[in-house]
Amino acid sequence: MNPKAVVVGGGLAGLMSTIKLVERGIAVDLISLVPVKRSHSVCAQGGINAALNTKGEGDSVDQHFYDTIYGGDFLASQPPVRGMVDAAPELIYTFDRMGANFTRTEEGLLDLRLFGGVKKRRTVFAGATTGQQLEYTLDEQVRRHEDSGKVTKYEGWEFLKAVIDGEGVCRGCIAQNLATMEIRVFRADVVIIATGGAGVIYGKSTNSSINTGSAASIVYQQGAAYANAEFIQIHPTAMLGDDKTRLMSESARGEGGRVWTYKDGKPWYFLEEMYPGYGNLVPRDIASRAIHKVCVEMGLGIDGKNQVYLDLSHLDKDFLERRLGGIIEIYEKFHGDDPKKVPMKIYPGIHYFMGGVHVNWHHMTSIPGLFAAGECDYMYHGANRLGANSLLSAAYSGTVCGPAAADYIAGLGKLAAEEDGSLYETYRQKEVAYDDYVRKLNGDENPFVLHQEMGELMTRNVGIVRYNKDLTAADGELQRFMERWHRLAMVDSNVYSNQTVMFVKQLKNMMELARVITISALNRDESRGAHYKPEFPERNDKDYLKTTKAFYTADGPRFEWEEVNTSLLEPVKRTYGGSK
Amino acid sequence: MRNEEKYITFKIKRRDKPESTPYWEEFRIPYKPNMNVVSSLMEIRKNPVNASGHKVNPVVFECNCYEEVCGACTMIINGTPRQACSALIDEIIGKHGMERPITLQPLTKFPVIRDLMVDRQIMFDYLKKVKAWIPVDGSFGLGRGPRYDERKRSAAYQISRCMTCGCCAEACPSFNERSDFMGPHVFSQVKMFNMHPLGLMQKEDRLKAIMSHGGIQDCGNAQNCVRVCPKSIPLTRSIAELNLDVNLLAIKRIFKW
Repeated sequence: MNPKAVVVGGGLAGLMSTIKLVERGIAVDLISLVPVKRSHSVCAQGGINAALNTKGEGDSVDQHFYDTIYGGDFLASQPPVRGMVDAAPELIYTFDRMGANFTRTEEGLLDLRLFGGVKKRRTVFAGATTGQQLEYTLDEQVRRHEDSGKVTKYEGWEFLKAVIDGEGVCRGCIAQNLATMEIRVFRADVVIIATGGAGVIYGKSTNSSINTGSAASIVYQQGAAYANAEFIQIHPTAMLGDDKTRLMSESARGEGGRVWTYKDGKPWYFLEEMYPGYGNLVPRDIASRAIHKVCVEMGLGIDGKNQVYLDLSHLDKDFLERRLGGIIEIYEKFHGDDPKKVPMKIYPGIHYFMGGVHVNWHHMTSIPGLFAAGECDYMYHGANRLGANSLLSAAYSGTVCGPAAADYIAGLGKLAAEEDGSLYETYRQKEVAYDDYVRKLNGDENPFVLHQEMGELMTRNVGIVRYNKDLTAADGELQRFMERWHRLAMVDSNVYSNQTVMFVKQLKNMMELARVITISALNRDESRGAHYKPEFPERNDKDYLKTTKAFYTADGPRFEWEEVNTSLLEPVKRTYGGSK
Repeated sequence: MRNEEKYITFKIKRRDKPESTPYWEEFRIPYKPNMNVVSSLMEIRKNPVNASGHKVNPVVFECNCYEEVCGACTMIINGTPRQACSALIDEIIGKHGMERPITLQPLTKFPVIRDLMVDRQIMFDYLKKVKAWIPVDGSFGLGRGPRYDERKRSAAYQISRCMTCGCCAEACPSFNERSDFMGPHVFSQVKMFNMHPLGLMQKEDRLKAIMSHGGIQDCGNAQNCVRVCPKSIPLTRSIAELNLDVNLLAIKRIFKW
């Protein structure tokens, strides 16, 4: 009998975990909603941080560590972050050896660019499509392992449940084929969830349509703790759109882009004026709040709307094409104007989930045998993530999670393959019955319309600026949505490749997670990183230098606070005014 | 004063499951500025009623990133293979007017799963055949990667943005179910890996893979691929340059004899 691992999710974290497991001799079933090459990691644009110090600026791993902890408003547990920044340079070199198409200097070395919340060039990049290049690089390596029979891909399958035995140990999962709708058992000694963020809960975000957070919500509902749900990054510069808010990378500002609007008939570079030390490169939470203030409170948005300019038009055209071609192309394609000539119109958009499934330093969740890695875990970013640390944490977490999962398997007495089948069959039958319930929903509400309502509610009440009365109202509304869910209409009667059935299941999971986000935000009466309450404008370390942990109960989430490990850096006040 | 509501019409080629007969169905949805084909399909599923007023099943389609970087939503729109997310309605009606229905069909060179959704697995399988990767010793740390001339790197970057979306294969007359021709995207990937300072070491293996059945000799030089590639990848240039490489390799083999 051979051990087996299931990895759910084919983005950077899932693929890196897969590679590490294969190198340890463990066969992997890789389950993904889409062909892994189409995973959301491809949407990351600006770059990946590593203190390579190749610009003569005296950058260091210590500085990367400090910037990350400080940028995260001291909420991240410090030792794992230290591990990440220590490993970053070698990780970049590994990607480089695998052929990632990083932009070079004249000497043929990896080039670096400036990013937000830092003063030294630390961001390795591939034009403005860095995520795409890194994802493709790992996709190629995994294809190589697939070719030699060590990885079996299940693309077009959706994770439905972890299989947990009588002792509370994860022994595999149940997944469903999106074409045939077959529901089947995947026996495994470990299951790694690497399923990304949950922007779809907000309706419009910079996320892809697969980023519903459904898998993370499922394991939360099965007993895994969910941490720091209230910390959701709102990216300051996104294009407005009816279907999504398209990301305009922070690298635009890193390369010299300026944010402005008109005040008294003249251009007002408000970030540069408010934060002279960092200017346009203040961290994202701060830039987003400044843009919100200028538009909503001061009414100074361009054309009277909630939008300001992100301006590249003063920069050299060839330079822009070479360094930022990818995003310039997106803006031009979707908006029509050429950012090389006219400033882009942007506004903050829901972007990244700092919180996620609670894991220990080995990426194991509170359920033994069940691991989580990448954006769906909570570990590396505290209350706010620095730009270009997401690709790093996604890839790095895979390098920790894969080997840790292999170590865990080595310590197991009995393998999943040796289990008798009744446990699995019970789980499978439950999912078949639930599928049947969803198919037979015959109420009068369209699920896609209910989803839109939920997205609007979350964006309005649980967004950039939060008030307790709005949060309380949102939680009440979410509970009513959950009742309305049972009165949905199954608008698709086809038995084959029924996307509506899958969406209705995801919607229920999104609602469960939306409640965790909302109540977590309600419970935290302070302002820290991306979580901002005007009624409690200061950070309060005495009461809230703590990780929020949510546990599922049938009556709604139950909460605990967990101490944050600040053993390496003493928390200080976070400010980006003046020079640091 | 409310403006009279304007509508746009879609004519969509549908199919309930792989083995069933396709049929056309029309939908009319209210026009809004800045729509695209994906956002239109999302509107249809919020109110799945066809143009004759009958309740029907929502149209099944693939999409993920909505920003033309994942390649999922590729379909044939008014006769041209392209991504639905970046097919802006204002542009289409600017060209053809409001009255003419916008036609949507699934790609024809791949098996249809349902409605506009197809199975492009074969494109990924061909990437295996040509060993489109760098066979590193392992994912562990082995020090810095190679230096790479920025000019060459930047040429490879153009190719590296291939999403395996299938536009080139759809447009290529040599790529079809009666032939094993691997399709244009494969050759550019070979070219890209053969340019890389480490990938160069396995150059001959990849060349041999494209010299065999279904390989580069089956390209009919129609040049359709390069015209439909959404990322402007120089697909035909890669093929021309590889033709030279495989000929050189063939000559080399003769002299080794």
